[in-house]
Amino acid sequence: MRINRRSFLQLTALAGGGLALGLYRSPLAAAQGPGTPPDLTPQAFIHIAPSGVVTIMARASESGQGMRNMLPMLIAEELDVDWKDVRVEQAELNEKIYGRQFSGGSQNTPAGWEPMRRVGAAGRQLLITAASQTWSLPAEECTTRSGRVLHSASGRSAGYGELATKAAALPAPALSSVKLKDPKDYHIIGHSQPGVDTHTIVTGKPLFGIDVDVPGMLYAAIEKAPVFAGKVKSANVDKIKTLPGVRHVLVIDGGITPAAFTPWEPGMEPGIAIVADTWWQAQQARKQLKVDWDLGPAATQSTEGFRKRAEELLNAAPANSLRKYGDVDATLKSSAKVVEATYEYPFIAHVTLEPQGATAHWKDGKLEMWSTSTLPGNGLTLVAKTLGIQESDITTHMVRSGGSFGRRLQNDYLVEAAWIAKQIDAPVKLLWSREDDIAHDPFRPGGTFGFKGGLDSQGKITAWRQHFATYGDEKNATSGGGIGQDNYPAGFPPAYALYTSKQPLMLRTGALRAPGDNAYCWVSQSFLDEMAHAAGRDPLEFQLELLSNKQAPWSSGEHDPVGDHEPSGQAVLIPERFKGVLELVAEKSGWAKRSKEPGRGMGIAAWFCHLGYFAEVADVSVDAQNKVTVHRVWAAGDVGSQIINPAAAESMAQGGIMEGMGHLAQEITLADGKIEQSNFHNHPLMRMRQVPKIEVYWRKTDYAPTGLGEPTLPPILPAVTNAIFAATGTRIRTLPLKQSGFSWA
Amino acid sequence: MPIKLNVNNIAATVDVPPDTPLLWVLRDVLNLKGAKYGCGIGLCGACTVLVGGHAVRSCMTKVGAVGSQPITTIEGLSPDGLHPVQVAWETLDVPQCGYCQAGQIMSATALLAQTPHPTDADIDAAMSGNLCRCGTYTRIRQAIHEAAEAGAPARIK
Repeated sequence: MRINRRSFLQLTALAGGGLALGLYRSPLAAAQGPGTPPDLTPQAFIHIAPSGVVTIMARASESGQGMRNMLPMLIAEELDVDWKDVRVEQAELNEKIYGRQFSGGSQNTPAGWEPMRRVGAAGRQLLITAASQTWSLPAEECTTRSGRVLHSASGRSAGYGELATKAAALPAPALSSVKLKDPKDYHIIGHSQPGVDTHTIVTGKPLFGIDVDVPGMLYAAIEKAPVFAGKVKSANVDKIKTLPGVRHVLVIDGGITPAAFTPWEPGMEPGIAIVADTWWQAQQARKQLKVDWDLGPAATQSTEGFRKRAEELLNAAPANSLRKYGDVDATLKSSAKVVEATYEYPFIAHVTLEPQGATAHWKDGKLEMWSTSTLPGNGLTLVAKTLGIQESDITTHMVRSGGSFGRRLQNDYLVEAAWIAKQIDAPVKLLWSREDDIAHDPFRPGGTFGFKGGLDSQGKITAWRQHFATYGDEKNATSGGGIGQDNYPAGFPPAYALYTSKQPLMLRTGALRAPGDNAYCWVSQSFLDEMAHAAGRDPLEFQLELLSNKQAPWSSGEHDPVGDHEPSGQAVLIPERFKGVLELVAEKSGWAKRSKEPGRGMGIAAWFCHLGYFAEVADVSVDAQNKVTVHRVWAAGDVGSQIINPAAAESMAQGGIMEGMGHLAQEITLADGKIEQSNFHNHPLMRMRQVPKIEVYWRKTDYAPTGLGEPTLPPILPAVTNAIFAATGTRIRTLPLKQSGFSWA
Repeated sequence: MPIKLNVNNIAATVDVPPDTPLLWVLRDVLNLKGAKYGCGIGLCGACTVLVGGHAVRSCMTKVGAVGSQPITTIEGLSPDGLHPVQVAWETLDVPQCGYCQAGQIMSATALLAQTPHPTDADIDAAMSGNLCRCGTYTRIRQAIHEAAEAGAPARIK
């Protein structure tokens, strides 16, 4: 998927245009029967009951990013109601009415900030018009407060609920014409609002995809080949059918032909679906399966083979030149000092705590599905295509999921559930086991970078050459393995070259939180730190100097020839903002006065991605057994003029930091095409006892607010490994940490 | 053979093989969806419930081994969310995705029943078996301290 500036504008236009599509009567209002006044429905998003209760539709999926709060908060603010009087309801999938229903790429804040506020303001304007017509008073003299329209000169006032029927019959104003509040008058935006689902979560009520319950529902589990896209030659299907609770055993032929480049959503993976009365019975039956697999060409793949090929690629002339200015080779030759290093990072899995799954119900030629996808529109299209049915015959309910981190942008599990439901003509809940979830993840691809950096006799950067060994075919980089031409530090060193070379990969990969950036930040901020030390300079001062001397223009606006690298391509880095967060984090962490003692050190790093800027400092100690403890982390972020939901924003930043620390110890490896990791013991997450104190600071700037899901994550990886260098003098150039001889305490 | 259980002070009889994990009996037979499946082998803690007042991983607990010990799930803490641990979780808005939180809350409840005023080290020891993929640990720690201040019940039935 590619999101560029052009499609972002289309997204905005669609969100606005959707509102003009006319009336939408909520099922609740319809259920009230004839004679009852309809809810206020000038747009799809706002329903005001005669009682005054305001229901705001949340259009985006929720998997923990706080979208069910953030987008409705924007509407409620401009509608001018109190948050306590708002009920948030999850919209079903209907992009004709709601615009793009997508949670990914930290896009909901920038894409929703303007249109959602305008939706609210348009609703407010309709209510004012209704009041002014009722009272025969000029609309300009009316104001609003806390869900009421007021006319102070006459002392009249009316609740929104009283005006709802009349307002509903009025034509909706053009969104572009409505007046927005002065930010100083905000009483919802910028004020922490607890998660709308928090009460449901702490009382353990059904909420998540795994909790969906449809009467008469069966449960499904799928056994897949241990090697990507391996096919079923034969299996003891007849025996499995006789096992307790088993109702159906279905062989999935699948639709994937392994090739050097595996596209996004490549098709169904082959396997055997077991449908039983309970999921536990399906899982028990799985243990009795005897399958003869045709493992196919992917069985030749191994981590060792990937590593060897990457080394060959880096030692050969690069296949692609992505960005080049100045004469990098000549400059390196004439530099006073040349620093050379190779950095390597592994494949890793998403491991959402709720494993993948979905519920689907096929009945009378129509399909109803309960989807946890963060890109549900794609899911709808894929299901229709795979099942050979019309999209109009499918209803998609959007259900909260137990985490996405980019995983649920892909809809493979949804397609599987829908396919099974159609085969068995009944409602079915598919659930992957944890082992399934790790083995069949669309992994964050690994990669290797060869760096050469030049320094002059004053210790200034003269040249930067990086050669990235990634995966794909001649044309396409594997998803999450492409890189943007303006990837930092492009534009800053006086001479620069970014080369790529690729090797085939018969494996599904995808976007993992801050795709690309979660790796490129680590390699380049580590190498920059390495260069600063080689120059005998302070890493902060060294980077600030680099950022102060831009040498070449951006090449953004052009396609990224390596592949589908996500949002970094859509906007350019603003050096003042990058420097701003570095300076703020240095101030808060006491960087200049940091103590230098053996076994303890601080590291600093920063990054720009998904329109946001973060700088982070880690305070780390390393014991005699190379066990690493992160004591404290300071983070400084710049995501524009407004933090919409402050408590949630702080939590999101802390979470991004914890996830980034987790990445440092994770790896997915292959032998004979088989994934060697299976559960949390060998693909670990951070645990309570490993959690540092994390302080988060905001640098507010005059830019429109942007998202927080992703940009908080990347800097923590190099901040920690740079701190390990400060503490021990050992440079971590290979991840996970254990490959470099370190581990978490 | 039917198995008798005491779940949230309600007697229940289930007809499942005794080696069925308690988690799946709670979720798919008794329709108590609060405890979650995360790993199936006791590594993540999402399935944590109390058996006889102790935090156990219900994905690893055979239903036939529970016997007469009372089972408390998140639904049984307080259906209205008024247990001090739930209140603290809600006040501090701990969850992000929320999937692990029932397990976190049950582990925290067991901790506070044993140690009404836990130190950070106590929290590290008691809570390190519960994974939070979103990384809400800082808030979880705060919420446990807050619940301790408010006085979580010393004994959970």
